[in-house]
Amino acid sequence: MNNLTSENKWKYALFLGCVIPNRYPMIERSIRDVFDELGAELLDLPGASCCPAPGVFRSFHIPTWYVIAARNIVLAEELNLNPITGCNGCYGTLKDVWYDLEHDSELKKKVNKELQKIGKNYTGKYEPKHLVQVLYIDMGLNYIRDFIKYQFTDLKVAVHYGCHIVKPSKKRPWNGEYENPIFLDEIVELTGAKSINYKDKFMCCGAGGALRSAVNEVAADFTKEKLINIRDVEADIIINCCPFCELQFDLGQIEVNKIFANEIGKPFNIPVIYITQLLGVSMGLDPNRLGLIRNHNIKGVSPFISHDSFLKKIKEQF
Amino acid sequence: MNENPEKYLKKDICKNINNKISKKFVEVGLEKILACINCGTCTGSCPSGRRTAFRTRLAIRKILTGDESILKDIDIWLCSTCYYCYERCPRDIPVTDMIIKLRNIAVEEGYILDNHFNLAYNIFFKTGHAISAIGEDNKKWRALRKSYKLTSLPPTVHSYPEALKECQTLMKQVKFQDLLEGAKNKIERDLKNNE
Repeated sequence: MNNLTSENKWKYALFLGCVIPNRYPMIERSIRDVFDELGAELLDLPGASCCPAPGVFRSFHIPTWYVIAARNIVLAEELNLNPITGCNGCYGTLKDVWYDLEHDSELKKKVNKELQKIGKNYTGKYEPKHLVQVLYIDMGLNYIRDFIKYQFTDLKVAVHYGCHIVKPSKKRPWNGEYENPIFLDEIVELTGAKSINYKDKFMCCGAGGALRSAVNEVAADFTKEKLINIRDVEADIIINCCPFCELQFDLGQIEVNKIFANEIGKPFNIPVIYITQLLGVSMGLDPNRLGLIRNHNIKGVSPFISHDSFLKKIKEQF
Repeated sequence: MNENPEKYLKKDICKNINNKISKKFVEVGLEKILACINCGTCTGSCPSGRRTAFRTRLAIRKILTGDESILKDIDIWLCSTCYYCYERCPRDIPVTDMIIKLRNIAVEEGYILDNHFNLAYNIFFKTGHAISAIGEDNKKWRALRKSYKLTSLPPTVHSYPEALKECQTLMKQVKFQDLLEGAKNKIERDLKNNE
């Protein structure tokens, strides 16, 4: 990138949320490294909190959801930047709250009255974005293509979108498309991987909506259905763009293997990879830094499903 | 998508609605629920209903008829908020938002699952995160962060105690804490009464 340009046009405030920094830090690592490589600048949002989660906390108390989310958006406003997030849940919260406040001036006034007491003021000048939206819309496939150094010749990918990156569609940037979006598949295929179709591809992973914390077995039953459909088409890996979906497919795969041992036949063992980890290896970044290689002896941490079969593919094909 | 769902609303019904639950929907501007024709597209689109007893159409029906048993029905917590019902509703009712509001009313009435109370009160209110990395139990997650050359705590409320205080101030102001404590007291009272 040309360092002489005064202002980087791809400068954003990175909203981390909870699952990425506190359970899947390899995703944080890969987001930071890939965006740096792509010439974007991601600033931290010091003091950001939980978004708050749209399934749990919004279900308990909508007013809390609005004010805490508005505070998080204000932190980015104070930096004069659009907040971007790598989590569908955080995106659902930040984008929906931003949208609602843009369309309801009374609500905006109410929220500002609360924020006043901590010395903050919400304007709504900066729309929250999902990092996939930055990759696909702000940067574009052609721009990213130039950074791809290695391409897979044989990698079958089951793409999982998750729900809140596409729905509710009127509050999303995909021109109303929610039944059959293709943007994530197109990003995946930049790496030479093949996105393969599978039954009920756009179905929910089961984690959201406070369901995982309410009745884990029901969440796992969703995941089991998706895993069966993904195994049926012989996908090598699952690619996702949400750490809560990642958790549900990764840790959830262990849970499915246990809860449904009698009905699934062979236990599932499908690596779950985040979109910037896949892009990163294809861009020639060190798989160590992308969190694809385990360099520690810490027990009981993510990823719960080994990435080894994916690493083998990288070694064979790059 | 029809952008004008108001045309479906029967204003007289809207004015005369007198059951406690549906009144609460109307109060917060979710009166679109009154346009429901009970067609069942929501239930037919629901991935949770495929495997559980949760029936979206029935939940909406109970709201409209003022059947308060729906508030203590655990089924309303089985929605994963995938938004298919919201997108596909032929009457443009934001169904998922209705389920969220229904849950808000349930919590107000003291119906909250133990897991959820713990998550809201002992984790979110106290740490500012829904999933935290502080405390002895979470040592391994801080070590994991460090193994990827990240700061052991993220630059969030975890690293800025004054920011956490701001969040707690806001939560107290909008009476989140009161709501949770009220729910907890109701649960304990009900337990006593049942003994």
